Amino acid sequence: MKKGVMRPGHIQLRVLDMDEALAHYRDLIGLIEVDRDDQGRVYLKGWTEVDKFSVVLREADQPGMDFVGFKVLNNQTLEQLQGELVDFGCKVEDIAAGELKGCGRRVRFDSPTGHMFEVYAEKEQTGKWGIAPQNPEAFPLDLKGMKATRFDHCLLYGGDLDGTLKLFSEVLGFDLAEQVVDENGVRVAQFLTISTKAHDIAFIKHPEDGKFHHASFLLETWEDVLRAADLISITDTSLDIGPTRHGLTHGKTIYFFDPSGNRSEVFCGGDYHYPDHEPVTWTADQLGKAIFYHDRQLNERFLTALT
Amino acid sequence: MTTDPASPYRIEVRNRHSEFLAQPGKTLLVAMELAASQAIAVGCRGGGCGMCKIRVLAGEYDRKRMSCAHISEQEQAAGFALACRVLPRSDLVIESDHFVEGL
Repeated sequence: MKKGVMRPGHIQLRVLDMDEALAHYRDLIGLIEVDRDDQGRVYLKGWTEVDKFSVVLREADQPGMDFVGFKVLNNQTLEQLQGELVDFGCKVEDIAAGELKGCGRRVRFDSPTGHMFEVYAEKEQTGKWGIAPQNPEAFPLDLKGMKATRFDHCLLYGGDLDGTLKLFSEVLGFDLAEQVVDENGVRVAQFLTISTKAHDIAFIKHPEDGKFHHASFLLETWEDVLRAADLISITDTSLDIGPTRHGLTHGKTIYFFDPSGNRSEVFCGGDYHYPDHEPVTWTADQLGKAIFYHDRQLNERFLTALT
Repeated sequence: MTTDPASPYRIEVRNRHSEFLAQPGKTLLVAMELAASQAIAVGCRGGGCGMCKIRVLAGEYDRKRMSCAHISEQEQAAGFALACRVLPRSDLVIESDHFVEGL
């Protein structure tokens, strides 16, 4: 049941070196730098996103993810969700409007897999970048690198998948769109959606809580994914795997690392989900094919290289 | 020990009974990949994931910033490092396979 959560709205990532990170997220992936703050954080977004920012980079001595934020319909929804998060047993923290520039009040909460999330109702809407709101052209002419259109989703690793599924489905209104189930019937991967996308956020079972696997950015076409692969080679960027297709979600994809070791994905296409759809299930004995549909074989690094 | 910056450094990986030649100016991990060696596990290549954690037993090297989740200050002092952030300045003797999953 929908609870008024609209979409993944922002992700804050920790990087070891801001200049190197900007060469990756801004110049290679092609996000637009929109602002900086007095903490030294840099704000970016994909050019199609109407809100002011979706990616926040913070320099720190440990790479990884600080939090993911979801935008909700309005302040009444925010109030309602705050109460339900407390009732669910989350540690809930109120973050004042303006702590992130241009963002309204945020309600931050923890989760059974050890990740921090936020919901918020208001963020400055600056419109799609580089095109007019009326009679918009197809795209702006001066995009860089991979020309990523938006921050799309992220994949997180942690232990208590059932607990986080309960939180996301019962409190936040997400649906389980796809899953991997092992031979004992235990769910070891879950792809959750709040829209018709195959995933707005995903989790994989892992002994250590609170780990970050990747942030994903949407491209338009398979040709764009192949061109992204060329750019990864041209810039001598650390490649993980691809270009390939996933069995899970059937997205066409390539994975690579930012200069601090946080994994990035750019992808296109994939499955869709409506609330009356049964979850798509892959069995763990087919995990290789589920993750890399062409090679049908997992590389160890994809499971263990995390920040 | 080799100190001429133009000639490659000899990297002995003691626990793997293996060695490779590292081109100067490359990080230890990238140099290993260029030498088609597999003596160190390759992860993110950016100092974040810890998979290429090694211990340097002998030799001179510089380090770029590494995730403190994988290399504490005490460990740095004891010669532990992430190979993707190590720039050799001489021949090195190292021990690979210090990454422990789930820590």
